Amino acid sequence: MSDTVRPIDQPAAQGETLLQVRDLKMHFPIKEAHGLGRTKKTVQAVDGVSFDLKAGQSLGLVGESGCGKSTTGRMITRLLTPTSGEINFKGTNIAQLKEKDLRPFRRQLQIVFQDPYSSLNPRQTVSNIISTPLRVHNLVKKGQELTRVQELLERVGLNPEHHNRYPNEFSGGQRQRIGIARALAVEPEVIIADEPVSALDVSIQAQVMNLLEDLRRDLGIAFVFIAHDLGVVRHFCDEVAVMYLGKIVEQGPREQIYGAPQHPYTQALLSAAPDLGTIRGVPAKERIRLVGDVPSPIDPPSGCRFRTRCWKAEDICATQEPKLEGKPQSAPGHAAACHFAEPKVDLVAEIA
Amino acid sequence: MLYFVARRLVSALSVVLVTLIATFALFFIAPTDPAAAICGDRNCTQERYNEIKKNLNLDQPKVQQFAEYTAGIFAGRTFETSGVIQDCNAPCLGYSFKNDRPVTQMIKDRLPVTVSLVAGYAVLVLTIGVFVGSMAAKRRGTLGDRALMSSTLILSSVPYYIVALMISLYFTILYPILPRGGYTPLTDNAGKWFAGLLTPWLVLGIYNCTAYARYSRGSMVETLSEDYIRTARAKGLSDRKVTYKHALRSGMIPVITIFGLDVAGSLAGAIFTERIFDLPGLGNLVLQSLETYDLPVIMGTVLVASVVLVAMNFIVDVAYSLIDPRVRLS
Amino acid sequence: MTTPAPEDRKDSMAESAGEQAAAAADAKRGPSVATREKRAGLMNPSGETPYLVVEDLTVKFPTADGVVSAVNGLSYSVPLGRTLSIVGESGSGKSVSSMAVMGLHDRKRTQITGSIRLGGDELIGLSENDLMKVRGDAVAMVFQDPQSSLHPLYTIGNQISEAYRVHHKVSKDVAKKRALEMLDLVGIPNPIRRFGQYPHEFSGGMRQRAMIAMGLVNDPKLIIADEPTTALDVTVQAQILDLLNNLQKEFGSAIVLITHDLGVVAEMADDVLVMYAGRCVEYGTAEDVLANPRMPYTWGLLESIPTVSAASEKLRPIKGLPPSLLNLPSGCSFNPRCPYKDRVKGERCTTDLPDLLPVDGAGAHTSRCHLHDKASIYETEVLPRLS
Repeated sequence: MSDTVRPIDQPAAQGETLLQVRDLKMHFPIKEAHGLGRTKKTVQAVDGVSFDLKAGQSLGLVGESGCGKSTTGRMITRLLTPTSGEINFKGTNIAQLKEKDLRPFRRQLQIVFQDPYSSLNPRQTVSNIISTPLRVHNLVKKGQELTRVQELLERVGLNPEHHNRYPNEFSGGQRQRIGIARALAVEPEVIIADEPVSALDVSIQAQVMNLLEDLRRDLGIAFVFIAHDLGVVRHFCDEVAVMYLGKIVEQGPREQIYGAPQHPYTQALLSAAPDLGTIRGVPAKERIRLVGDVPSPIDPPSGCRFRTRCWKAEDICATQEPKLEGKPQSAPGHAAACHFAEPKVDLVAEIA
Repeated sequence: MLYFVARRLVSALSVVLVTLIATFALFFIAPTDPAAAICGDRNCTQERYNEIKKNLNLDQPKVQQFAEYTAGIFAGRTFETSGVIQDCNAPCLGYSFKNDRPVTQMIKDRLPVTVSLVAGYAVLVLTIGVFVGSMAAKRRGTLGDRALMSSTLILSSVPYYIVALMISLYFTILYPILPRGGYTPLTDNAGKWFAGLLTPWLVLGIYNCTAYARYSRGSMVETLSEDYIRTARAKGLSDRKVTYKHALRSGMIPVITIFGLDVAGSLAGAIFTERIFDLPGLGNLVLQSLETYDLPVIMGTVLVASVVLVAMNFIVDVAYSLIDPRVRLS
Repeated sequence: MTTPAPEDRKDSMAESAGEQAAAAADAKRGPSVATREKRAGLMNPSGETPYLVVEDLTVKFPTADGVVSAVNGLSYSVPLGRTLSIVGESGSGKSVSSMAVMGLHDRKRTQITGSIRLGGDELIGLSENDLMKVRGDAVAMVFQDPQSSLHPLYTIGNQISEAYRVHHKVSKDVAKKRALEMLDLVGIPNPIRRFGQYPHEFSGGMRQRAMIAMGLVNDPKLIIADEPTTALDVTVQAQILDLLNNLQKEFGSAIVLITHDLGVVAEMADDVLVMYAGRCVEYGTAEDVLANPRMPYTWGLLESIPTVSAASEKLRPIKGLPPSLLNLPSGCSFNPRCPYKDRVKGERCTTDLPDLLPVDGAGAHTSRCHLHDKASIYETEVLPRLS
């Protein structure tokens, strides 16, 4: 399944597969009280997710809350240990590695969090926050730390003179830049960006998006970009995977996912996204509105998990789980997990 | 809900059991000679010493001693002093050879005094303390709030026994505007019962109200800034209703925890108050037995205290689940 | 479940209405610039008689660091049956201004001047007791986070009936009946069972529906919705927006929708007011503001957001940060971030605060900017970058 094992600090060539995720699962046990008894159940937060990430590529994971996109990101960076499945980074399966063996991989796989307010230690200076990973991984000689920190601050568009300040002296957007600088410090090959801009104001959001794009272009860093905002994902990612209740329901190149989505859930998601185009262009011809909420991941529906909200559902959907696969009419690399997959266009407004 | 109560009961019982073992171990497995200790130094004759030793089966293995002690609690046991058989009915917490009375009986005599004292105190702190705290929270930042809070700080920085002694001295003896402390059983004369307890209630209540006021204020300030309080105001509810219906219910949750522990602690012995106002309660009993080193009584009161504490915790837990529907799930 | 939606609500903004408005505005407009500005705010872009009129509203909070000018001379109006969207980033004053309409600001710490008229009645200066009668009755509010905005310790039914009983002297049973009706109206299945449940037993979308049911229980003529869908998922957000739209059609209430999401604005708004640093910088119908914007800040917002419907090459963020409300820049508040400052002769942008003036000299679409060739800049420079 995987390539040969290679030294991990040797950079991957453009287009080479960096990360292979196979059948990744995360089941959290929970206990529920019923009268005098207690039953053990599991939350199937992520239930069999597979994808590849090539060097320099940007893969978007979209879905609503509870779909498992953030959990997936945390497993890849091994902030969580998966229940089962493989995470092959350059040929080594890191899914169950012990902390000690994991350390060289931690350097390569960095994460940027959503909330720039709670993810930085308020009692450490920016310099300290950024140089800690440098020290941990022995990346700079003593005495060179400050130079490197300042270099990084400049790289993310902050004033290098501000290295001695504390996080609370920065605005939300600037804090997010600090978080990015910290991730960059160890020169990772992959950055998992977990909703990196959703806590920011519109004008600041664009600044941070552009920064991430520059990093991707200049440093060739591959991104797993986790977001709920479909516009942001369309802008940033060349490959998109749509998740629903712990599974990928559709995956493919951006143009396919946004232009001719095949899975009913993707279609509903696109149709529901509030869109400026409705006023500036020609409003979408068709509108899909889902009924109800996402079911609980504790007892997900049998067969296709989307069937309870799907207008196409038939008997087969309850009994047989659809595979994520390309349909005869699909473009290369485009796959949908639906028995009745069928491309639909005209779901979003058209701008002349 | 049933499950919740059952689980708390089991954990409560296990805490009591552990306390039982621990106190027993402390007094009977410690390197001192328990029989000598129980007998005392002055009028302890060799005869009496042997009698105690036989009574408590101190020659037997510790496990058996413990089993007998525990069995006594549930089924009662007998003791022989000066040749007379004394019944110690369940729950038998031992026998005070110094007072020639079963410990349970001694505690039973004292308990109503302490319960009366604590009940009045509880009413006072819960009403006045919480009310003052909520008022201050509602008017936070104003002169009144600051004056109130700093005066409570001043009051609470004077040691309690000083306050209690001064009040007792000045207002019940020198300028007797308050009745003197004392205990008359409620069933004998309700008026005298009330009069005798009034001063201790006021002193204990007002002094501790300061802590409750500060605590409630903090909790209420936090609650009043919650989004759902804004919602309540947006509905058009009056300020009074918002504060005393919507905010108070949430604001009381942390206060109840403190209250439960506080009441449990006071029941186990409001030592200063009982001493200063001459109330023959549990606290006084503890003091007396410590002075005379009356081991069985000390053990008995410790055990009662732990049961009270566990019971209060249990009551607080149940109160929580009544106030907060989200607790019932866990 | 699939509804091909006829986009018919935009019909109300037919050309003729706009012309009438312009004519009416012309007739009333006085000679001085100051009154012209006020009139522009007073007039609703639709020309209909407004239900809510906010005029020259100023909200200040004295703090230890100085006076925070949260809202500066804001004027707008909303007729029944229309939706006004107030757009802006955090700190723009969009929420503060609507809290003032509800009288929910801290009365001791806030200084408010100007006029807020509801159906002709002045709200500013009303006693707390009189305001209480308005809150929740004629005006209702729907908040952002239904999780924290519902009392966790009371049942949903209790909270809704309470809202009804504040303004109606009825028995508990009558209020319960009304609450059940409302739960049904906002699309909560099985209202009888749901009535006795607590907020934590509801999903996010259901909570927001309950919140809306609570807001609408007294048939308010004005609904202020402060970021009502920001905490919700995309598919649920669409349901809630639809619900608000349908309820408005049914009951004809005026809606003030506060949001930072231009997509939501495009889907919901009849009129749009863009706020920056406590001031209105652009005001007009949704088409005016979103399709023909005339203010560099609005351009900046439009260029900053990646949309679902277009593959954008590069986002063009607004540089810098919003100004501190303690110390607003002189002249136009946006001038330190404005890329078109150099196109204005002299130093006017840094010295003179531009007035909120009609963009074409007459109509109800107003903007606050010194640029005199705004239309051509938009057509030739901004627009090509947008799609």
